[in-house]
Amino acid sequence: MASHYWVGRRRTVTTTLGDPAGPTRPEGPLQLHRAGSLHARRVTLVVTLLALLVVAALASLAVGAKPIPIELVWDAIWSPTGTENDIVVRALRAPRTVLGIGVGIALGVAGALMQGHTRNPLADPGLLGVSAGAAFFVVIGIFALGMTSLYSYVWFAFVGAFVASVLVFVLGSLGRGGPTPVTLALAGVAVSALLGALTSALVLADTATLDAFRFWAVGSLAGRDAAIAGQVTPFLLVGLVLAAANAPALNLLALGEDVARGLGQNVMLARWTGLVAITLLTGAAVAACGPIGFVGLVVPHVARFFTGPDHRWLLPASGLAGAVLLLAADVLGRVLVRPGELQVGIVLAFVGAPFFIALVSRRKLVSL
Amino acid sequence: MTSLLERPAGRVAGRPPIRAGRFSGVWRARMLAVTLVGLGMVMLVAAVNIGLGDFPISIVEVLAVLVGGGDSSQQFIVLELRLPRTLTGLLVGAALALSGAITQAVARNPLASPDILGVTAGASATAVTVIVLGGSSGVVTGFLADVGLPIAALLGGLGTAALVYALAYRRGIEGYRLVLVGVGIGAVATAITSWLLVIASIFEAARATVWLTGSLNARGWEHVMPVGLALLVLVPVALLLAFALGVLQFSDDTARGLGMRVNLARTMLILVAVALAAIATASAGPIVFVALVVPQICQRLVGAARPPLLASAVYGALLTVAADLIARTALGVELPVGVVTAILGAPYLLYLLARRNRGVTA
Repeated sequence: MASHYWVGRRRTVTTTLGDPAGPTRPEGPLQLHRAGSLHARRVTLVVTLLALLVVAALASLAVGAKPIPIELVWDAIWSPTGTENDIVVRALRAPRTVLGIGVGIALGVAGALMQGHTRNPLADPGLLGVSAGAAFFVVIGIFALGMTSLYSYVWFAFVGAFVASVLVFVLGSLGRGGPTPVTLALAGVAVSALLGALTSALVLADTATLDAFRFWAVGSLAGRDAAIAGQVTPFLLVGLVLAAANAPALNLLALGEDVARGLGQNVMLARWTGLVAITLLTGAAVAACGPIGFVGLVVPHVARFFTGPDHRWLLPASGLAGAVLLLAADVLGRVLVRPGELQVGIVLAFVGAPFFIALVSRRKLVSL
Repeated sequence: MTSLLERPAGRVAGRPPIRAGRFSGVWRARMLAVTLVGLGMVMLVAAVNIGLGDFPISIVEVLAVLVGGGDSSQQFIVLELRLPRTLTGLLVGAALALSGAITQAVARNPLASPDILGVTAGASATAVTVIVLGGSSGVVTGFLADVGLPIAALLGGLGTAALVYALAYRRGIEGYRLVLVGVGIGAVATAITSWLLVIASIFEAARATVWLTGSLNARGWEHVMPVGLALLVLVPVALLLAFALGVLQFSDDTARGLGMRVNLARTMLILVAVALAAIATASAGPIVFVALVVPQICQRLVGAARPPLLASAVYGALLTVAADLIARTALGVELPVGVVTAILGAPYLLYLLARRNRGVTA
């Protein structure tokens, strides 16, 4: 459709990117790369991430309170005989690993979508009120109905996520001109703050609620089994399809709404597709694991360093990087305080943040 | 074209210029009106806040006590209990909102708050450390834990901000890199806080949650003084730097071309914002919402291109004192003020967004 345009765009992208082999490259005159080298780099990145994901998944199956040698993990997957190892791998660690991959992909993609739509580096997937809404409904469930099981949290979190994001959509698009990124973001901030305040009021009023809530609010993969993974998978899949459909439109929206419209893009359709995808992905992730903020906020920035701003590459790269990071952090959390566990939400920041800061402070920035 | 050239320099259509020696500006009637109305409301709400409570005192009597009258019990309640508490809320709200307005203008991002400078997240992490370690494991014992809480928060806030600045510095300070580094450091500090909340006993967790929400309970003159002094010094500095803030809204190259020393100006502004937020957080806990939303509300009230500084300070004070009034008196039990600021302020921001949905971007 607009292929001549993308050729030109690729060339400008390459000038703003550093060379991945030399992160300390001094800021000199712009270096022009052939468009082909960027393409090769993107393919390398995706292949590397896939390989890392396989390694992380195997580690996630093998590592834990009871370490299992990798060949026994292999047997447990392909030829189970009902030994204790087989049960640990198949009933406990496999669902947890699958869920970790799904949630990691969801958060990474949702974060990239959110930053693309708002064009704001501070945007995280929870910006539309999804996380705050889920938290509020979970607290209501604990406070009023005395829920304590992860299974009941899932549906309360889901309903809360959707109620809050619908509220943000409606309030953010009330005024003249409909929903713009800034009004949606600010409406999300306001609704999140409101729900957050109500959440703290409930939590402070009742110590038992705080006691149950504080463990959910950290974000964890522990204790999630196949039933929970199955509940959220359909939402994740629909969200990912919508996100994939949204990628070309996001590239056009990055040029500004008027230009995108001039190039034949239906701006409202693109916005709504993206926002629904974000809500589905983030809602499913929060429902399964609790609010994990770091992945969606930071992973897209890391992916953008390597892929440039083209969302057709940025979205899959963010998803894969999110899955690798989440699984790696989860495995590390099981090792660090053995035989106990450190929640993945905590480990993520400790592992991911230094890496992220090193990247940010050494490389040239690829702005949104 | 000629008429444009002949027009005296420094004119803005519809706004009469003001000149005083080397300095000039434009007369913004709406900004002045909004600020003055806010100031009046702050005084009114503060007086009501001092008057209401288990032992009600009328506004006239409050004023009488303030000028030296009233009986001894009224004097004790007003001067020792309610006045310092109200002043703490007023000053903390002003400091946080001013800090937020500066941060949002420097980062050119409406989602920025002193949190991205690491201040509130760092202060929270150290304060919760003191609360949790002071409780059970006896590393910091009871009395020291109480006295040390504001100091720990102050040091944590300033230290984290220094770390963010150092890591974001790369031949000068750049808004975008600062935001990203702040996000990373903030995530670590937040992770420390949530880890402490998980390992703490439930009583310490509850106490830490109150502090993290922001509370004005039992705040006395010792809490008023630091924030008051900080504002006394830093508000004039901030207002002087407001000129630089205007120029920094352009690209760095344009600002340099206009004669601005970009790095110096940005560093000074960040320093002011960090100091204000750190001292305010040490006194009353991180009432993050005030710093985040009040500048945006004021920007829309005034109709400006960036958050106005003085108006933000005034409305930050108004929101915090009004929230404290409701938190103390609305329900039987006393709520932390941070709960009410959001319940009070968020609907108003939503109303402003819905009423005039303009593409204000700063």
